[in-house]
Amino acid sequence: MEPQLSWYLALSGVLFTIGVTGVIIKRNIIAMFMCIELMLNAVNLTFVAFASFFQDVTGQLFVFIVMTVAAAEAAVGLGIIIAIFRNRETLDVDDASILKL
Amino acid sequence: MLVLLFILFGAMAIGCALAVVAQRNPLYSAISLIGVFISLACLYVMLAAPFIAAVQVIVYAGAIMVLVVFVIMLLNVEEEEHRRTRLRFLVPAAVALAAVLIAEVTFILVSVQQSRVVPTSSVSDTGLTQSIGSALFTQYLLPFEITSILLLMAIVGAMTLARRGGLLGPRDQAKRD
Repeated sequence: MEPQLSWYLALSGVLFTIGVTGVIIKRNIIAMFMCIELMLNAVNLTFVAFASFFQDVTGQLFVFIVMTVAAAEAAVGLGIIIAIFRNRETLDVDDASILKL
Repeated sequence: MLVLLFILFGAMAIGCALAVVAQRNPLYSAISLIGVFISLACLYVMLAAPFIAAVQVIVYAGAIMVLVVFVIMLLNVEEEEHRRTRLRFLVPAAVALAAVLIAEVTFILVSVQQSRVVPTSSVSDTGLTQSIGSALFTQYLLPFEITSILLLMAIVGAMTLARRGGLLGPRDQAKRD
């Protein structure tokens, strides 16, 4: 018996749900950021599973582009985190709820 | 054999993901997240996508997580202090939302199981670097170029955001002080 497509989709759904839960309950902005990365990876797993089971390379190309976007997001997001910390001396999202720095 | 490997790496991914959410110290969360990335890379290898697996390890577990760990250590974040009372309702809300999401996924999986799609499990060159590269530079050239512009914008934006003078630059900052 081989692993089915639905197994991978279930695993991806569980990982995505854990990521959503983390974004909701975490207060540290870096921890929220890491939970967002977790959600991106869950979606990537879905793409790779479909690409593998349907023998289509497009899904893997999309994963490649998602990874690039995640890298750009990491650079800009961490820049924003550093700017927030420099201005407010905290990483709690509730202390940075006003957009103005 | 493949089933055992799937269960091993899937359990590892879920366990590490739970640890990411459960840990209070962000550094431990980051290390658990690296565990998730590594086990997902193993799953990609099982799915006949070696190129994506390598990129996962190099870009995610290498570059992005090094950046995150660097920022955690640069800002010297201590453990989260105790949560304030007005946010207590968020944990049950998160658990309820998670239950709804899991229920949706289960419903979709059950309905998929009833309409059996038989996967073609023959060996192909789908996941190899050559096929990905030839598709990326012929059919999908425009998304590739747009992605490079996005990366350029991200570099400029990150430098602008993180420089010492803030958004305005050091000269305007001095004028404002």
